[in-house]
Amino acid sequence: MDLSLSPEYESFRDEIATLLADNKDKAPTQNDRGMKNQKRLDWQKWLIEHGLAARTIPQEYGGYGAEPDILKSRIIAEEFARTGLPKGIANQGVSMLVPTLLELGTEEQKQAYIRPTLHGEMIWCQGYSEPGAGSDLASLATKGEIDGNDYVINGQKIWTSTAKQADMIFCLVRTEPDAKKHHGISYLIFSMDTPGIEVRPLVDMTMNANFNEVFFTDVRVPRDQIVGEPGKGWQVANATLTHERGMLGDPNAAKTRLLAIAELMQKETINGERLIDNPVFRDRLIALQARVYAMQANGLRVMSNRIKGESAGMAGLIIKLQGCELNHELARLAIDAMGEFGLLYGDTPYLRDFGAWQAKYMYDLGLIIGGGTAQIQKNIISERGLGMPREPRPAAV
Amino acid sequence: MEFGLSDDQRMFQDSIKGYLDSAAPLDTVREIADGDSAKGQSIAGGLAELGLDQVLIPERHGGLGLGLLDAALIQEALGAAVAPAGFLSTAMAVAGIESAGTDAEQSEWLSKVGSGDVRFGIAISEHIGAREGAGVTATDGALTGKALFAMDTQDATHVLVADTDGRLHIAAMADGVERIPHATIDRTRDLAELKFSSVKAVALTGENEPGLAADRMVQTGRLLMAADSLGAAQTMLDKAVEYAKERKQFNRVIGSFQSVKHLCAEMAAHLEPARALVWHAAHAVDENMDEAALMVCLAKSHLAEIGTFIARTSTEVHGGMGFTDLVGLHYWFKRIGANRQLLGSPERVREEAARLQGWA
Repeated sequence: MDLSLSPEYESFRDEIATLLADNKDKAPTQNDRGMKNQKRLDWQKWLIEHGLAARTIPQEYGGYGAEPDILKSRIIAEEFARTGLPKGIANQGVSMLVPTLLELGTEEQKQAYIRPTLHGEMIWCQGYSEPGAGSDLASLATKGEIDGNDYVINGQKIWTSTAKQADMIFCLVRTEPDAKKHHGISYLIFSMDTPGIEVRPLVDMTMNANFNEVFFTDVRVPRDQIVGEPGKGWQVANATLTHERGMLGDPNAAKTRLLAIAELMQKETINGERLIDNPVFRDRLIALQARVYAMQANGLRVMSNRIKGESAGMAGLIIKLQGCELNHELARLAIDAMGEFGLLYGDTPYLRDFGAWQAKYMYDLGLIIGGGTAQIQKNIISERGLGMPREPRPAAV
Repeated sequence: MEFGLSDDQRMFQDSIKGYLDSAAPLDTVREIADGDSAKGQSIAGGLAELGLDQVLIPERHGGLGLGLLDAALIQEALGAAVAPAGFLSTAMAVAGIESAGTDAEQSEWLSKVGSGDVRFGIAISEHIGAREGAGVTATDGALTGKALFAMDTQDATHVLVADTDGRLHIAAMADGVERIPHATIDRTRDLAELKFSSVKAVALTGENEPGLAADRMVQTGRLLMAADSLGAAQTMLDKAVEYAKERKQFNRVIGSFQSVKHLCAEMAAHLEPARALVWHAAHAVDENMDEAALMVCLAKSHLAEIGTFIARTSTEVHGGMGFTDLVGLHYWFKRIGANRQLLGSPERVREEAARLQGWA
């Protein structure tokens, strides 16, 4: 056990801290709205040029081209968290499509898509889930039939975030109807401007349209717009789903949230008593603090395993389930601590923290469900982690 | 930067697990719990041969000079086997003597602990919270009063006592310490009331402020209680998974039902981060990190909660058999239950965590 950083990494940290401090005026603020705001795009370009974003993506595809170094990436992330400066773009295109193309894309695809995606000039959405294919994603029914040099796509996707803003979609489509369900799917990438695509916003319990439904009617996509082989789309998609689950349980986000609640509880009073001075609320706060510290330690352990190229085993499998659950409970404590103030939502006097805690409480319930539900996570933990048998398939209904 | 165990640490823990597997299976634990003290002493002897008495003693006093993380790994193995062993009290005694003793006092007592000539029981529960007016006062080299929940005093030659001012004293059990054993749920642990009426004792006279050494002892004990629950809970999870893979109902192993699998997954999902928390807290103490005291409080209280959850859930996965003495799962259930209350229940330890952060 050694949690110290070697001098090489300490000086790397100093270097990053200085670089960020000297250039903080370049950073966009909350007033620079929109995914393609020029100030945001300029900032992203500057981040990539200085190895603060797209760090390990080869230069020939528009990245910085550094050797992968998990500790350096972590130091960079910590410096962004410490300074509060906006970090590099981490949308679905950057975090899911780019790794997929790097691994399985053709040279033409890499050349065409990676650079603009990394630079925030090309926005992607993910077409996986369908109304009839949620946890059982592989049963998806959107079909792509071959007609000449095109696939002709018909069907519907749901839970598609950023579909309104997206230039492109990476999409799972059933192209081999006679194959078994996991073997009949292909991974297609195409423009959202293609005729026959309709996007309808899906208002969720937060009363915002964080997601959309996407309808395909005779959408023609050239057959070379496929990543990997026809019928291999399930394997292509799975390579990056694992990555998404890792993102969803970030322990540093929980730590930040915990500190914000501690601050809130020192500010808010009931009958003149600060909530932090109420033993019941305080006990809940410390109980959650223990879980936050446990997840942080777990995160350090997983990182150490990755540095050594070892599997993190159970410590990795539990992150999505535990991390999302913990974030949700943190938001619940903040709301309970505020009491009636915790109900306020929207444009209204007495609103605390812009209503963020209610928004988080609701949105995080979505995260517990999305990206593989808590129940699917428990199947994975028990089957892959504990070696328990799969549930036998029921007789066909 | 490396968060994990060294090969040496793993090997040491494996050697203790291996010894306990052969020397202290559940049948032997039962015999000791039923009063077979010869078997208990034989295990204590075997563990001493593995070097357990020397683990935390600095090298300059003839010990191995290892840290709290090493001790935690040992305690985890002891908890996994619900082994009746005084390692936790020895570790607390070493922490107390190191913190409160002059160099000469440290040298004298620690070398005797290391050689096995002295075995310490611990009387410190009043330093954490006094019940029914209990407490021990020291006057002119003699102790008077009672200590309600003293640990590991049956086979002890001496007892390390925190007086009502938090100062530490050493008394020989043979010098008239009256011992009244408690009957508790956890028969793998030795818990007793001690009565002192003018019992001769020597004070540790190092320069530390009163209470500081006692706090240090409590910190060591709490971290090891957490490690003990970690080990016991891991065994309960392993046994639940094993049982669920064998037991058949409705023509299927019950481990193929999601209702059962999900209980096991929940146990694992809570336990794995708790393991990292125990390691992190122990390491923080070893390295004198800023948040060490806080992290030990978090580890103690969190493992109490996680342990309780796993103790109950594993029993449930075993169905009716989990409830029987025949299977004996209750030894782990009760050990976890005892760890939860000893040296501070989770609510009280969390209150202390709040105070450490200026929130109470």
